[in-house]
Amino acid sequence: MKEITILSGKGGAGKTSVTAAIASFANNAVFCDNDVDAADLHLIFNPEIEESHPFSSGSIATIDSASCTQCGLCESSCRFDAIHTNTTGSPEVNPHQCEGCRLCERICPEKAITTKENFNNEWYVSNTRFGKLVHARMSPGEENSGKLVSRIREKAREIATATKADFVVNDGPPGIGCTAISSITGVNAVLLVIEPTVSGLHDAKRLIKLVQSFNIKMFAIINKYDIDKVFSNKVEGYLASQNIDVLYRVPFDTVMVESMVNQQTLSEFAPDSVISINMLETWQKLSEQLIEN
Amino acid sequence: MKIAVASGKGGTGKTTVAVNLFHFLSEKLADKVRLVDCDVEEPNDLLFLKGARSISSQTEYLSVPEINTEKCTFCKKCSDWCEFNAISIVKALSFAEVNKDLCHSCGACSVACGFDAITEHPETLGTISEFDAGFGNGVIEGRLEIGSSMQTSLIKKVKKYAATTDDLVLLDAPPGTSCPVVETIADTDYIILVTEPTPFGLHDLQLTIELIKELKIPFGVIVNKAGLGNLNTHEYLLQNNINLLGEIPFSKTYAASYAKGDLFDKFSPKMEESYNSITEKLLKLLPQS
Repeated sequence: MKEITILSGKGGAGKTSVTAAIASFANNAVFCDNDVDAADLHLIFNPEIEESHPFSSGSIATIDSASCTQCGLCESSCRFDAIHTNTTGSPEVNPHQCEGCRLCERICPEKAITTKENFNNEWYVSNTRFGKLVHARMSPGEENSGKLVSRIREKAREIATATKADFVVNDGPPGIGCTAISSITGVNAVLLVIEPTVSGLHDAKRLIKLVQSFNIKMFAIINKYDIDKVFSNKVEGYLASQNIDVLYRVPFDTVMVESMVNQQTLSEFAPDSVISINMLETWQKLSEQLIEN
Repeated sequence: MKIAVASGKGGTGKTTVAVNLFHFLSEKLADKVRLVDCDVEEPNDLLFLKGARSISSQTEYLSVPEINTEKCTFCKKCSDWCEFNAISIVKALSFAEVNKDLCHSCGACSVACGFDAITEHPETLGTISEFDAGFGNGVIEGRLEIGSSMQTSLIKKVKKYAATTDDLVLLDAPPGTSCPVVETIADTDYIILVTEPTPFGLHDLQLTIELIKELKIPFGVIVNKAGLGNLNTHEYLLQNNINLLGEIPFSKTYAASYAKGDLFDKFSPKMEESYNSITEKLLKLLPQS
């Protein structure tokens, strides 16, 4: 079994559209939506949820104002600036800034602070027309996205092993922070979806550095290739210098957006389109390379 | 007054809108506007401000503990206090180590240790740089060190750094709806949500609105790339009585000039009109002086 993550650095480069396109061609794969705080793959996969599991969204401290003597120790010790004095002079925890380290609870001389773990995140195993999908829903503003990504990837691999699937395909998050790192560790390859713009290239360069630090093989798809040919050549040059093979140069075509609007994959919506046919060849090349390595 | 530009979904045009509004508002407010790039994982604002001149840059650090095994009694109190499983202690092997990737730098272990065995060392978190764009009152950029997973800590420092002005502050937020976004928008006075009229755009917009309603911050929506996708976003805004600040039409010519990093010189009359009208609406939000 081989595991691949589709990433871009910059958001909106086409990760989810590419993942969905691959779904139509990869017959023996388990899919996993790693973009847990703005998950979109399910809008195309239309999953029927089979299992759902609550997941920790982090711990949050609360201060009992009745036993608090307003000594100020918690506020001055909190490294996350999460404790603020309210209008009546009592310290209060901002739940969105609290990281749940429990230091305040442990040092409070009056034992006025308690910390409660919340389980506002959820993850699911679902049946779809493309096979199993493991996905999640983070409650807006919650924490623990990195750990949640690790958990759903673990489940996707477990299912893949049990069902003898050939591939786990992860639709990755934007950026290079904790969720991106959690979506990369231990995969066999990363497929970079890049658009030929100053920001697309800038963001991809940072992502490439991160992926290289894990010694993971990379492939690339240049999306909206013809939006600016001069800049596309720049992108090509950079990818070549990093030994990253460009598997497909996708021309700008509204068929990509239209298929998304119809909640279909590219080949479901426009099976005879050139992009769809080329995308199939791209997946064939990619899957062969994955199996060989 | 602080205004954040956020989106939920990535690639909807946050940076384009933030940089353009910085430009338009600077003209109207005699340069009393500051732009802050809080998308520290992938900061892009400066790519579109070609004339910008660097003023200063500083490295930011996070304190990460180290355990001195000479002094350590392997009592495990520090690892018991660590909520992030970042400390491993094996008494039989006289082994005590901190996993830097898991450490949140909360300081609990240092307080826990009764044997003076823990000292904290600076670990690079990223940089905060200040630029002069040739207009406005400075651009502040946070840039996360590649490999660091503590983006929220850097955003916190960037906001503190940028808060030294009475001018209007525009904050360009990262994508998503989790902690880095909350850190960016939590104490702002108004939020501009940039969306695109597609199912992905709408879905992520709804998630972000859920978050903003919880934070109780007033907001308005800009529909970018109007003409692509469908009309479901407009229907949603109408049905839920959500303030539509404006629409920016999709244009392949503009996308091409964006590709090169040119935002200001390829406006269609329609686009110019949109930005002018959005700018007017934002000016009305400002406290009258």
